[in-house]
Amino acid sequence: MSQQNQTNQSNQPNQRTAHIDRRAFVKQLIAACPDALVITGLGSATYDVYAAGDRPENFYLWGAMGGAAAVGLGLALAQPKRTVLVITGDGEQLMGIGALATIGAQKPANLNIIVIDNGHFGETGMQRSHTSLGTDLAAVARGCGIGKVVTVNTLEQLPSLAADINTRSGALLAQVFVQADELPRALPTRDGVYTKNRFREALGFGPV
Amino acid sequence: MNSPGSAQNDLYAWREDIFSILKNGGVSQVAYVPDAGHSHVINRVHEEPGMHPIVLTTEEEGVASVCGAWLGGERAVLLMQSSGVGNCINMFSLVNNCRFPFLAIITMRGEWAEFNQWQSPMGKATQAAIELMGITVLRADRPEEVAATVSAGFDAAFEGGESVCVLLGQRLIGKKKWEGK
Repeated sequence: MSQQNQTNQSNQPNQRTAHIDRRAFVKQLIAACPDALVITGLGSATYDVYAAGDRPENFYLWGAMGGAAAVGLGLALAQPKRTVLVITGDGEQLMGIGALATIGAQKPANLNIIVIDNGHFGETGMQRSHTSLGTDLAAVARGCGIGKVVTVNTLEQLPSLAADINTRSGALLAQVFVQADELPRALPTRDGVYTKNRFREALGFGPV
Repeated sequence: MNSPGSAQNDLYAWREDIFSILKNGGVSQVAYVPDAGHSHVINRVHEEPGMHPIVLTTEEEGVASVCGAWLGGERAVLLMQSSGVGNCINMFSLVNNCRFPFLAIITMRGEWAEFNQWQSPMGKATQAAIELMGITVLRADRPEEVAATVSAGFDAAFEGGESVCVLLGQRLIGKKKWEGK
């Protein structure tokens, strides 16, 4: 882990050196963390997770922008023995940037925030976002007290990242620099009641 | 933790009632933006081994985190003051769309002996704003109403699957905070 930190952190913010294929990254990450409970941030991150393969342990957000990390926090505290992955975009995480401080105060060992960062608002016409205009999200996360912060520039870092995530040994944020592609959308159900009940059922909980 | 004198105890017993309802109801996570009116409950939650206090930077994080708790099989509630309701509006769509059981307990500002008029615009709009987002509002203005009202909201949420905000009128807290501690 610290190795990744050393190799990939730059003192200069926003070194967008990598051009990771977001779909390949998300698919391989979930495959490498097969027991993970996954919360997705609206837009492209939701499509990436669905494109990797639908599973009951996925909870897809289609709205509630800025809420993905905080949903993951409540879930991680409720399920400390399960790995929780919040897979979201830079725009979604920027809207909920305060949640990084809230997570830093709680430090759930099983919570992992994976920011798929293309530096743009992909859903609305590829306007540039703050992460390509000066905000160093990894530095923000570090400043919020999130213990493990990793920047990912190549798919080759994925196995060690996944291995670390699977140890559930500390709250983690990974900023994954991906290509700003407009990929075909992969649309999961928008029925929130269904995904909620399906998710809970997978954990052994019934509806109200 | 209880207030020192017996008169104080009577006056503030409703605060302990709220804590008891949460504890006896099996609430595991209490997300909050602090308010003087909630301070007793917040302190009690911090002292309670089975309960997890979560301090928020802004109230909508709590809307999201209590939904996450429910996904993971736990009951969670949100404590805030009325000004925070404005911060939550779009996040309420998560509660609404997924029909999460939801309980927020909200101390009112801007409606009764308010010293700071900056609290008034959101205070006056609080109930209507919540109702516009499709969430049920219950309200208590007198100490003797608090336990029954919070309890009713609690059951509607966690037994009935509803989304409920319980407003605690500013009259309950009165002018206390402007007269010193």
